[in-house]
Amino acid sequence: MTNPLKKYGDARKERIDELAAMAGRRGASESGGSGGTAGSSGPAGAGPDGDVVVADAGAIEETPGVSLIASAWRRLRRNPVFLTGLTITLLFVLLAIFAQVIAPHDPAVRYLINEVRPQSNPIPGPRPGFPLGADNVGRDFLSRLIVGSQQTLIVGVFATVFGLIGGLILGILAGAVGGWVDSLVMRAVDVMLSIPSLLLALSISALAPRPSQWTLIIAIATVQVPIFARLLRGTMLQQRSSDHVLAARALGIKQSAIIFRHMVPNALGPVIVQATIVLATSIIDAAALSFLGLGNPDDRQPEWGQMLGQAQQFIYDDPHLAFYPAVCIIVVALGFTLMGESLREALDPKSRR
Amino acid sequence: MLRFIIRRIAQMVGVMLTLSVLLFLWLRSLPGGTVSAMLGERATPESRARLEKALGLDEPIYVQYFRFMGRALKGQFGASTGVLPGADAFDIFLKRFPATIELSFFAILLAVALAIPLGYLAAKKRGGAIDNAGIVTSLVGVAVPVFFLAFLLKYFFAIKWGLLPASGRQANLNCTRVTNFFILDGLLTREFDCTWSALKHLILPALALSSIPFAVIFRITRASVLDVLDEDYVRTAEAKGLANKTIRTRHVMRNALLPVVTTIGLQVGALLAGAVLTERVFNYGGIGDTLAVSFFSRDYAVLQVLIIAAAAVFVLVNLLVDISYAVIDPRVRTR
Repeated sequence: MTNPLKKYGDARKERIDELAAMAGRRGASESGGSGGTAGSSGPAGAGPDGDVVVADAGAIEETPGVSLIASAWRRLRRNPVFLTGLTITLLFVLLAIFAQVIAPHDPAVRYLINEVRPQSNPIPGPRPGFPLGADNVGRDFLSRLIVGSQQTLIVGVFATVFGLIGGLILGILAGAVGGWVDSLVMRAVDVMLSIPSLLLALSISALAPRPSQWTLIIAIATVQVPIFARLLRGTMLQQRSSDHVLAARALGIKQSAIIFRHMVPNALGPVIVQATIVLATSIIDAAALSFLGLGNPDDRQPEWGQMLGQAQQFIYDDPHLAFYPAVCIIVVALGFTLMGESLREALDPKSRR
Repeated sequence: MLRFIIRRIAQMVGVMLTLSVLLFLWLRSLPGGTVSAMLGERATPESRARLEKALGLDEPIYVQYFRFMGRALKGQFGASTGVLPGADAFDIFLKRFPATIELSFFAILLAVALAIPLGYLAAKKRGGAIDNAGIVTSLVGVAVPVFFLAFLLKYFFAIKWGLLPASGRQANLNCTRVTNFFILDGLLTREFDCTWSALKHLILPALALSSIPFAVIFRITRASVLDVLDEDYVRTAEAKGLANKTIRTRHVMRNALLPVVTTIGLQVGALLAGAVLTERVFNYGGIGDTLAVSFFSRDYAVLQVLIIAAAAVFVLVNLLVDISYAVIDPRVRTR
């Protein structure tokens, strides 16, 4: 970080610029591409004569250095735990995207309905073209498993995203504004955390007149909101007194710009880790709610938790109906958990053991 | 110390009051509401109005709230409509709560008894067989839905091999009830076959339920012991030639257990959620099972008691954990 064009004796200002740049670099790369943020004029901040315009200090030219993400990636690249998790996750996402193409049959059509004997043989067994047999209304079980990945991914992702958005709003409000807003938000978060999560999810889904996929998603998302909010507030508070925010404030940068370009991007690391783990828990929670009968009753679009819930009544004679979706859930949840845990370790400077 | 406890209790009361407001608002906004639930299909406008008057639902909302609180503090929640029609909701709670306490207690006991020694051994021999096995088990433990584990246990141990009972809390033995803690009752009345039967019914659900706290406690213990083993005072203790046992108990475990205590407290919420699911699988007849049933039968009387009780237990346990933490670690008090 030596700039020969810098004026002699300006060491103090240089230091502030350097500090602001450290925060600004992350901020600029996060908002890069979307563009349009007022006050940032790209890497042209430092003029040819070396005069650094104060307002552009946050967007100073790129300097070679090891960012947190780069150093984390270097460690993750050779971590077998992370790679296993990543592989499972990628396979799952690919399966979900191409489910309709891969599935041999339509998951909603009752092909083998004539084979179903409610008294003697409620579940048609495997036969040519139907390697895993059918379910209790004669639909191809394998196709339902494959297409089920789609809804499972949707439930997991939307529940996490909604929870994340709610948590971001509350956490930023509490961490950035402080004062009575902080107290109010944190009391609300405490109250939400004082209700056991499944109970909270149950209560919320009971409010809907009839259960659907979206009540399920909202119920699971609500449970995650206080966790994200607390996490974000913690990291924001840590930063409020840190040097780069102090520097930005000293440079007279607007409060909103400090929050969104300097504080939030730096607070996102732990939030992303948490989100990966939440993806796993929300898939499991969805299965639990479905098991209790609060899942999506419309089973033309299958979902693993729902399939597992419906299989309970056949558990004694046909445990495979419960076994396959359960194994799918476990493997996918394990994939997200492995990925999240190794990310957490890689991003946490303290746990580099 | 006293000031710390008083401050914590004040906070707890605040949380409970907020919760009671939320619960009240929640009950009012449930689809259909109490009146429709009680009258069902046959509701006419006149009968609705009559019932609303009888229940005090025509009064201002804040009056209704204070009524609700007054009744709640006296334990009057009305009669059950779905779980055990006609029975007093609070009575149902009192009869079934001990079952869940018994189950959760044994589950957490099992988890602590296994996870803390294993966590210590895993940290001591980092990368060894116990360490790897423990990490894999705890990761899988997090990913397996607890009700599926319960089903696997039930399917193999109860249905396929017939080793243990598949459902219920006790065989029908005409046992005398004293406290409704079935294991304790058997010991008190010297009906040991009752205790034995209750224990046999307890093993599978407790095993399934303990999987959640096991995974968490194992990981925290391992990480915490690893931290402490690196500390200078442990090296000093080793250097001055203290016996291994003294180092282990006085220096390592005593310090390493601080975060573990907090974690155990935080597991109570997860245990309650897990209890809903495991009790459902084993038809255990505790409040978890009852909670699920009351949700579907829209039994609001029972539901209120259970939600208030669950939140109260959760908040109370966290208060106790906070206090015990302050006793163990004096630094916490000043924060």
